[in-house]
Amino acid sequence: MASVSPPQAAAGERDLRLDLFRGVALWLIFLDHIPENIVSWITIRNYGFSDATEIFIFISGYTAAFVYGRAMRQRGFVLASARILRRAWQIYVAHIFLFTIFMAEIAYVAATFENPLYAEEMKILDFLKQPDITIFQALLLKFKPVNMDVLPLYIVLLLLFPPALFLLLRRPNVALTASAVLYAAAWKFDFNLPAYPAGVWFFNPFAWQLLFVFGAWCALGGAQKLGGVLRSPIILALAIAYLLFAFFITLTWHIESLDHLVPSWLAEWMYPIDKTNLDVLRFAHFLALAVVTVRFIPAHWSGLNSPLLQPAIRCGQHSLEIFCLGVFLAFAGQFIIAESSGGPLTQTAISVLGIFIMVATANLITWYKSIEGRSPASRGKPPDADLAGGEV
Amino acid sequence: MTLIAAIVASIALVHGAAAAETTPSCVVPESLLPADVDLTRVAGAIKERHRLDITVVGSASSALTGPEGARFAYPAQLEKALRERLPGNEIKVTAHIQSRQLTADMAASLAGIVKEDQPVLVIWQAGTVDAMRGVEPDDFRTSLDQGLDAIAAGNADVILMNMQYSPRTETMLNVSTYAEVMRWVAEQRDILLFDRLAIMHYWSDEGIFDLYAPTNGYAMAHQVHECIGRALATQIISAGHLDADKLQTTR
Repeated sequence: MASVSPPQAAAGERDLRLDLFRGVALWLIFLDHIPENIVSWITIRNYGFSDATEIFIFISGYTAAFVYGRAMRQRGFVLASARILRRAWQIYVAHIFLFTIFMAEIAYVAATFENPLYAEEMKILDFLKQPDITIFQALLLKFKPVNMDVLPLYIVLLLLFPPALFLLLRRPNVALTASAVLYAAAWKFDFNLPAYPAGVWFFNPFAWQLLFVFGAWCALGGAQKLGGVLRSPIILALAIAYLLFAFFITLTWHIESLDHLVPSWLAEWMYPIDKTNLDVLRFAHFLALAVVTVRFIPAHWSGLNSPLLQPAIRCGQHSLEIFCLGVFLAFAGQFIIAESSGGPLTQTAISVLGIFIMVATANLITWYKSIEGRSPASRGKPPDADLAGGEV
Repeated sequence: MTLIAAIVASIALVHGAAAAETTPSCVVPESLLPADVDLTRVAGAIKERHRLDITVVGSASSALTGPEGARFAYPAQLEKALRERLPGNEIKVTAHIQSRQLTADMAASLAGIVKEDQPVLVIWQAGTVDAMRGVEPDDFRTSLDQGLDAIAAGNADVILMNMQYSPRTETMLNVSTYAEVMRWVAEQRDILLFDRLAIMHYWSDEGIFDLYAPTNGYAMAHQVHECIGRALATQIISAGHLDADKLQTTR
C-alpha cells in the first residue's frame, strides 16, 4: 500500500500520483517564476528546504525510466537511445523557442524603460548590443536567462541517460551508487558546466543527476525494494520530524524575530543551503516529503479519480508543453504586473488565470492526442507508441 | 530598544520635515534597519573626538550620473543627514565608486583604501555587478570575506550594503542568490547589513516610490538616494548609540 508503485512498471499502467504531483509541481514552478507574486507564498519553497524543481526532476527521472526502460528491454539499446535523444532534441527546440520570446521581452524593456536610478542594472541589457555572441551562446546552452535553467538541465540529463539506463536495467544498485559517487565528486571537486558571460550553470547537472537517477531507480524496482523502509513507522517519524525542522528553519527566514532561535553552530553547519549543487539538506527534504506522500496517498487512492484533481493530473501528463507554457506565462505575467504596477489583486488574478490557461491547454493537448489515437487513456496502443511524446 | 528607535524615528521625521519641503517621506520600518550590532568605533570616535570619518566603497548604484550627481548620491546625502542629526561633530564621508567593479576587485582594493582614508566606518556596497556577471556564489562569498577581513584589519566598523530593488530588470537579473549570500555573511561575521533591497522593496510596496516608472528625469533618483542616505544615518546613529538624548547626558 505504501510503496511508490513499482507494480505499475510491470503492469504498464500509469501511476496517476506521478502525473498529479508533476502537474502540481508545474503550477508551483509557474507561481515561483513570477517575481513579486503574492500567491507564491503558498508554494512549498516557503515551508521547507526543497521546492517544486526537486519534484519535477525526480518524477521526470521516474517516467523516463518507466517509458524508455521498457523500450530498451523490448527493442534494444540503440532504439531506446535514439528515442531518448530525440526527446532531448525536442526539449532543446522548446528551450530555444522560449529564449526567442524572452529576447523579445528584453528588447522591449531595453527600448522603453529608462530611469537614471537604474543606470547600473540596465547594463545587463548590454548583451543586446552583441546579438551574434549572445545568440550563439544561447544555442550552446551557456547563456541562460533567469528562470530558463530547468530545460537545459533536463537536456543534459537526457543526453547522459542512455548509458545510465543501460546500467540501471542490469545492475540498478551499481548505477545508483555511481550516480551518488558523481554527486559527491561534483561537491568535492566543485565541477559544473560553464555559463556565459561568466560563472556556471544554475542547476549543476552533475549534482542534480542524482535525483533523476534516483527517480529512475525507483521506477525500475527500487521502490519495491524500499517498500519495507517506507512502511517503517520509525522512518515515517523521522521524515515528519525533519519536515517540521525544515519548516521551523524556513520560518526563521521570514520572521526576523525568530532568527536568534537558530543556534550559531547549527547555522554555521547548515548555511548556505545550496540549490545549484542540490544541497544534501534539500535532497533529504525531498525524500522526507516523498516518504510522507506515498504513505498517505496510496497508488490506488480513489481520490485520484476525483474530478477535482483532474486539472493537475492533465497538466502533469503533458509536462514539457505545460512547463514551457508556464515559463512563457510567467514572463507575460511579470510583464503585465510591471507595466500596470500591479498590486496583490493583479498578481492573484494573473496567477489564477495562468493556471487556468495551463489546464485548458493540457486539456486541448489531450484532445489532440485522442483524435490522433495517442491519448494516455486510449486503449490498444502498441507498447512502443510514442508514449514519451507528451509524457516524459 | 523600541523606545529608542521610536525616538530616533521621530527625530528623523522632525528633522526631515524641517530640512526642506521637498524631502520625501521615506520612513523605513525598524525591522528593516537592524542595529543589533554595536558600532563601537563609531561610538568612540563621536564620544572622544567628535568626529566621524566614513568611507563608502561601491559600484555604480552608489553614485548618480547627471549634473552634480555626486552631490545627490547617497554618500553625500548620508553626510548631510549625519551633520544635521549630530550637530557639533565633524562628519566626513568619502566615496570610492567605480562602475562595473566586481566584489573581488573591491576586496582587493579595500586594504589600500582603508589605509589611505583611515575611516572609522566602511560602508561596503556590493553584489550588483556580481549578479550581472553571474559570479559563482561561492566565489562571491570568498571575496566578501576577504574584503571584510581587510576592513577589520584596518580597525574600522563596517556596514555591508546589498543591491537596489529593481523590478524592471528582475526577469533578467537574479539578485536574490547574492542577497542571500550577503545576509548569510553578515550573520556569520556578526556585522550590520543595510538591506537596500528590502528597504526599496518596502518603498515600492507602500507606493512611496514607483520604481517601475520609466523616466529620464533625475527627480526620483535624487529622492531615493536622499532616503537611502537618511536611512543609513538612522542605522548608524542607533547602532552607534549616538541618539541625541544619550549624547547630552554623557557629555
